[in-house]
Amino acid sequence: MNALEVSQLKKTYKNGVEALKGIDLTVAEGDFFALLGPNGAGKSTLIGIVSSMVNASAGETSVFGISVQKERSRAMAEIGLVPQEVNFNQFEKPFDIIVNQAGYYGVPRRIARERAEYYLKKLSLWDKAFTMSRTMSGGMKRRLLIARAMVHEPRLLILDEPTAGVDIEIRRSMWKFIEEINAAGTTVILTTHYLEEAENLCRNIAIIDQGRIVEDTSVKELLSKLDIETFVLDLRAPVEQVPSMDGIELVVRDATTLEASLPKSRSLTRLFRQLDEAGIEVISMRNKANRLEELFMRMVNLGGEKAA
Amino acid sequence: MSVEVSARSYWIGYQTILIKEVTRILRIWAQTLIPPVITMSLYFVIFGAIIGRRVGEMGGMPYMDFIVPGLIMLSVITNSYGNITSSFFGAKFGKHVEELLVSPLPPWIILAGYVSGAVFRALTVGVLVWLVAAVFSGFHMHNLLVTFSILLLTAIVFSLAGFINAIYARKFDDISIIPTFVLQPLTYLGGVFFSVSLLPGVAQQIALVNPIVYMVNAFRYGLLGVSDVSLWLAYAIILGFGTVLFAVCLNLLSRGVGLRS
Repeated sequence: MNALEVSQLKKTYKNGVEALKGIDLTVAEGDFFALLGPNGAGKSTLIGIVSSMVNASAGETSVFGISVQKERSRAMAEIGLVPQEVNFNQFEKPFDIIVNQAGYYGVPRRIARERAEYYLKKLSLWDKAFTMSRTMSGGMKRRLLIARAMVHEPRLLILDEPTAGVDIEIRRSMWKFIEEINAAGTTVILTTHYLEEAENLCRNIAIIDQGRIVEDTSVKELLSKLDIETFVLDLRAPVEQVPSMDGIELVVRDATTLEASLPKSRSLTRLFRQLDEAGIEVISMRNKANRLEELFMRMVNLGGEKAA
Repeated sequence: MSVEVSARSYWIGYQTILIKEVTRILRIWAQTLIPPVITMSLYFVIFGAIIGRRVGEMGGMPYMDFIVPGLIMLSVITNSYGNITSSFFGAKFGKHVEELLVSPLPPWIILAGYVSGAVFRALTVGVLVWLVAAVFSGFHMHNLLVTFSILLLTAIVFSLAGFINAIYARKFDDISIIPTFVLQPLTYLGGVFFSVSLLPGVAQQIALVNPIVYMVNAFRYGLLGVSDVSLWLAYAIILGFGTVLFAVCLNLLSRGVGLRS
């Protein structure tokens, strides 16, 4: 069964903005799915419709086969939502926030208390459980949103830019937790601006731009479309003049760092030979990260050109 | 495994909203429970004990006894309305109303939870004001069923009205406009301090358009056994307003007016 099915989904806001222009999307049960797109592409509108915060103008949305439009209550019981903005009562204590949230989903109070303790401990927030939530740091608040979304143990967890503004250490611990949840069977849909997160964590990906899905495939498949690879070369001595090479683009990053972009079909041996002939000695080399970022930019730009 | 949506899960959801509301009201008791009691005590002292002695009788009884039901009703109306507007608009303003909107709870449970919280505060304040009134005029009880049912129904009606105000409010100023410009004049002119039978012909007819006249008088009947209006007409008007307001609230919540995009 699919965790999420979206069919011909459209949304036009009262001000005339057409946020979604007939989207079709399927997310399989158990998937770790990335939803990417530039600001204003329609990601949050799509998540808003799935979580019933936004009313669709047309189309169908179902969660585990349950229609969001026709059986809202049953569909919502399957979803845990981590919103982009902190939206809990900052004058309440984290423990109470989670216990109350569980209650809204029909979890009896005794079980809710046990789960609140479990998830607060899992997300390293137990020592803050009974302090006022507004005194917590930004990273702690983000983790509290995840604990809150998990307390009714949903089958589909939707995370809307959950790591925005979170430092690297906390981000890693958050992802470890989300990966554990996914491994235990929860389907995860993620939107993020950190594309390396999507590349490292997600199995499937959809790119949305200007209200349309411009790509919907596996991360592996998507990356295989990248026919040009970029390598960062650390040089022994500062480079005086960048040699010109046929089919290879060389860019000087700083005096002792070069970036070489070349088609995948091109031999690296030839690159090194030509560098050697030019008197340039390479002491180390690495792949340039953010491969997905390059593809993303290409897809989004292409989408923009098509739309124009 | 996710939770099952059932009558039991809705009941737990309702209890959760109510517990949250009651906890909030009791936590900030100095703001929610004490001020109306102090205000009403001053009314009893000034209008009842000091001015009331010179007024003499009203509706065939001492003026102090006459104003007790109206002042209890005044505190019930303002507190039920004020509680739900500040609580629900606060949740909207702080965005934590989204916790409820993305949950499986249907609109009527959300409404029932908030209304119950407001009724709890209104009745608590009403009982406290009644206890203060007993110091000045002693306990009176003509009909317990009428007293309690009118008190409860009035609290529900004004909670529902406050809920509509909270749904449409965009800023904090918006939740004080109706209480200041509509509720307060209607209440003060609603037979709290005087019998509408004292008004001249046309003024009396105009006063009888005010639904609060019926609430105050029906409650006065419950406590003292006297009323300017028919008890059954009062019930019909209160239930009529309650039904219409409930339907409007449900419709607004279901459509997500002011809440969903």
